[in-house]
Amino acid sequence: MPFTVYKGEVAIMLEFLQQLVNGLSLGAIYALIALGYTMVYGIIMLINFAHGDIMMVGAFVGFYSITLLGTNIVMAMIFAMIACAVLGVLIEKIAYRPLRKSTRIAALITAIGMSLFLEYMTIFLIGPQQKVFPHSAFPHKEYDLMGLLITNKDIFIIISAVVLMLILQYIIKMTKTGKAMRAVSVDREAAVLMGISVDKTISITFAIGSALAAAAGVMVGVYYNTINPLMGIIPGLKAFVAAVLGGIGIIPGAMVGGFVMGILETFVSGYGSSLYRDAVAFGVLVLILLIKPTGLFGKDTGEKV
Amino acid sequence: MQETKHKLIRFCGEVLVLVALFTVIQYLITAGMLDMYYQINLTSMCINIILAVSLNLINGFTGQLSLGHAGFMAVGAYSSVIMTQFLGQPFAIGILAACAAAAVAGFIIGVPTLRLKGDYLAIATLAFGEIIRVVLMNIDYVNGPAGIVGIDKLTTWPLLYWSMIITILVVVNLINSSYGRAIVSVREDEVAAELMGINTTRYKVIAFVIGAMFAGLAGALYAHFFYIIKPETFNFLKSFDILVMVVLGGLGSTTGAIIAAIFITVLTAALQSFPAIRMILYALILIIVMIYRPQGLMGNKEFGRETLNRIWGGRR
Repeated sequence: MPFTVYKGEVAIMLEFLQQLVNGLSLGAIYALIALGYTMVYGIIMLINFAHGDIMMVGAFVGFYSITLLGTNIVMAMIFAMIACAVLGVLIEKIAYRPLRKSTRIAALITAIGMSLFLEYMTIFLIGPQQKVFPHSAFPHKEYDLMGLLITNKDIFIIISAVVLMLILQYIIKMTKTGKAMRAVSVDREAAVLMGISVDKTISITFAIGSALAAAAGVMVGVYYNTINPLMGIIPGLKAFVAAVLGGIGIIPGAMVGGFVMGILETFVSGYGSSLYRDAVAFGVLVLILLIKPTGLFGKDTGEKV
Repeated sequence: MQETKHKLIRFCGEVLVLVALFTVIQYLITAGMLDMYYQINLTSMCINIILAVSLNLINGFTGQLSLGHAGFMAVGAYSSVIMTQFLGQPFAIGILAACAAAAVAGFIIGVPTLRLKGDYLAIATLAFGEIIRVVLMNIDYVNGPAGIVGIDKLTTWPLLYWSMIITILVVVNLINSSYGRAIVSVREDEVAAELMGINTTRYKVIAFVIGAMFAGLAGALYAHFFYIIKPETFNFLKSFDILVMVVLGGLGSTTGAIIAAIFITVLTAALQSFPAIRMILYALILIIVMIYRPQGLMGNKEFGRETLNRIWGGRR
């Protein structure tokens, strides 16, 4: 413990910064998952319950690509992203597309079904045991930055998350596909009239969202060292809270929300009780929903009758 | 006069059928013809029926998707066990405490969350259900995550059966009352109901509290049959189990919920050694029912005399 040599305020400050660093990498993971939630919600008004489980599938694809194919961590992440992009598009085509005209409750129940399906299909195929993410793919290193401990895991997670977010921003703001996505989320009917293929745009949204979740899945594997078929549930719910916190449907909101949730969680388990870590996320959710359901960045649009 | 007489005969007939069903199974149990395996499944069946019928009141009739039903079940289970095991009260007090505690929990959670709509409400109830579980895990008085073991087996067949019948009767009569019509109108069109002068929040809370109360009852019966309770038993997968029954039976059909609860219990018992396959089937049920028959097997129709008449071409 390098910071025990300091006394008083410096030590307190250092511990605070240390928690902040830990919170940042967790937050980056939540932010990546939250982006998928928020993009899908923005475009088809559906809480994609299966999103956390897509992340889990991503973690397993990454795991097998390292153990069976012997790839390095970056390639594993790319494989996971490709596999999950395909998976996301398939899920949308098979389960959500037929329900586009039905009630939102029906779509939500289907999404819950899809989530259970992914979880238990994975258990059925490879068993419920947790698997240890191979250390060889990611040798542990620590850097001492004036008493502040930064691991190479933290650096890897934060840098790859930031790169992915920049790519996402580029796609959404600069490309034609991104323009189409924004148009469909503002007004689907008008977008159709402008010659935008709504089906294709929604598929692309699912592909991008799922790919981001897959990247987050590999990061979870690196961060916690173990993966299991039910690992997607709790991070999925927390990332959802992050998306709601930032204002669901709003992309910068999801990023901010993710980091806030990650930092909040590390601080609660660092300074308070780690047993209440999971309850805090839900507490935050309830508070936002009661005080400002549109989230930090959301605008109240009211209900059309 | 003729009409009242008919009603009386019908009522007596129905009571007779209920009592007969009860007596037959009671006889089978006392005669030792139903071994423990069947008794356990029979108990799960009754508890599942109570849970499905009460959740259907919230999800089906009121149209408010709640995903926190297991949380209320947990509140009921724990409060009844505290009464009977820790404070030495009779089981009747335990059951009353379970219903009361779950109803209060339903009220506390319902009042703020029921302002939310659709998927937000679903997530908020899911969150509250999980909060209840996490809080129970952190209370040392009830042994935290380890749970309470060695609960006396006080749930008997008569108690179970009549609890189930009372649940069904209360829900059916509520739906057929003016309260029920108000509740259904909230589901059909909340804005229109509000314009007609219906205090929608009030009716949503009423349905929610009653549903929670019966979930508490189910929790008390569960705890005093299965010997052990722990917070993990009441996680949101349990809520999803109940949701599967309601969705399969038809959102807004009590008989549908009963049939689905029986079916799911049998399915669970049959697939006991293949838990993964069971959950995959649940998942497929949710997806396929929503895509091809979103109103569920029964829709909002009830299976009753009219259906029988139609099938056998009976006279009107």
